Amino acid sequence: MNLNDLSLKQTLEGLKGKKFSSQEVTQDCLTQIEAVEGSIKAFVTVLKDEALKQAKDADEQIAKGEKAALLGIPISMKDNFCTQGVRTTASSKVLDNFIPPYDATVVSKLKKSGIVILGKTNMDAWAHGSSTETSDYGTTKNPWNVSHLPGGSSGGSAASVAASETIASIGSETAGSIRQPAAWCGVVGLKPTYGRVSRYGVVAMASSLDSPGPLTKTVEDAALMLQVLAGQDLYDATTYPKEVPDYSKDLSKSIEGLRIGISDDYFDAITDPDVKLKIEDALKVYEKLGAKIKKIKLLDPKYSIAVYTILQRAEVSSNLARYDGIRYGAERDKLGSEAKRRIMLGTYVLSAGYYDEYYGKAQKVRTVIVENFKQAFQEVDVIICPTSPSTALKVGASADNPMFGEMADMLVEPSSIAGLAGINIPCGFDSKGLPVGLQIVGPQFSESLILNVAFKYEQETQWYKERPSFAKVSEGQAQK
Amino acid sequence: MSLQLDQIKKIAKLANLPVTDKEAAKLEEELNETLKFVQNLDQVDLKNIEPTYQVTGLFNVMRPDTVATSLTSSQALANAPAKEDGYFKVKAVFKDES
Repeated sequence: MNLNDLSLKQTLEGLKGKKFSSQEVTQDCLTQIEAVEGSIKAFVTVLKDEALKQAKDADEQIAKGEKAALLGIPISMKDNFCTQGVRTTASSKVLDNFIPPYDATVVSKLKKSGIVILGKTNMDAWAHGSSTETSDYGTTKNPWNVSHLPGGSSGGSAASVAASETIASIGSETAGSIRQPAAWCGVVGLKPTYGRVSRYGVVAMASSLDSPGPLTKTVEDAALMLQVLAGQDLYDATTYPKEVPDYSKDLSKSIEGLRIGISDDYFDAITDPDVKLKIEDALKVYEKLGAKIKKIKLLDPKYSIAVYTILQRAEVSSNLARYDGIRYGAERDKLGSEAKRRIMLGTYVLSAGYYDEYYGKAQKVRTVIVENFKQAFQEVDVIICPTSPSTALKVGASADNPMFGEMADMLVEPSSIAGLAGINIPCGFDSKGLPVGLQIVGPQFSESLILNVAFKYEQETQWYKERPSFAKVSEGQAQK
Repeated sequence: MSLQLDQIKKIAKLANLPVTDKEAAKLEEELNETLKFVQNLDQVDLKNIEPTYQVTGLFNVMRPDTVATSLTSSQALANAPAKEDGYFKVKAVFKDES
């Protein structure tokens, strides 16, 4: 086992106990990046020299007894977080030469906590997609089998964690972009409540939904990352002025008597029978741990897909209007076909005469979805369902399908529309050896609870110990 | 209701998007497919339902109006494709009528 295989928690302990240095961990990550990037392509930009220098600085601070929360931990970042002096593309050629003059709030928080930045990870261009296939910098491959997709839009972040190219990563989710790639790559992905983590300096997709969050090897690691990321930010008026709890405190609390809700409509949406079997197995584990499973009636996710499609495209058309090629970036002819498709539909649903028919109506159905969840959370504490209707699809699956993302993300969209907290955790493998993801959804600001519920299952089943091996990566290459 | 090609071209103009005839024809097909998909919202009873604009319920968020450092002129202009004398340089907006 190399240092890059360690969890965040293990790395912190090793650094604290002086078992190894930040430079050694960082070097092992960079070595792994060099070894596997040819087949995985998780990164748009690798910051080799900068990372080693940051690691050296971190080691000096550790020697001085400095105690920042994540001091010396190498991480990767989705390429839509503005990083001062480091190119930030959002995987679109429009921003091919964009060097932000400032850091996103989450980036400055992470820097203050002492992290080392390994590089910027690939994503669907502008986060428009669930495959990384819309990236202008090539498609990222799934480390479990490189002929399959990693999911998206935070596909590079998820793949970099799964392939142990990094200790942890951050991504962003509008509806599914953290949880779905985490599911397809077999890692933990936490989508915090809307407004729990600042959007300032994140290349905007749909501003009423965007939520940055961690992708990690374990649940405990997600709690440690969220601890640094969460909190009110005066630069983002939608961040919520609520105290940030200690997310690691209640991880191992008993879940005896926990009420878990399941909804038939969410299970009917599953397209892959292996996924259903694995989720049912997981529910049995929860019963063994003392939880009570209760059937609830949630709105059919098909309404959420429609609401999401309208709101997201409308907000995209507004957010991408700023790319005029005057202050920074290239002109609008560099926008890819997916971005154009979304801007066009968004412009239409917001245009005079059609606003009420589409955008106005979708905002009302959003209220119905919010109320539906509120009612559900009077009967149950959390809701469990699959994260994705299938395991990772084959490379090429998203081509010429204008609704690909919406279908791949249909089981995460309802909770995103309601601004809820959700987490993906690995719950086994399908017959092809691809990871299956389990989703736990809680009310707004229930991050501590869902982390606790996730941690109990993770400790009982220990799926996190399964990692794709070098052998599997090279086998995948041979298949190609 | 479905979108026609002339509407596609009008929307492209509104969105300031360069769209070729070939792209427009493809967009017509794809956008209509998507619009058909979202029609299911008509099945939801929306009588007396208010729209949700802000999902956590925040309203009129204020912060102290204090002076803080911001970007320098050269930082703000660093990514501009064209600049002159400390300004962004843009193409003429009005046609020369002289």
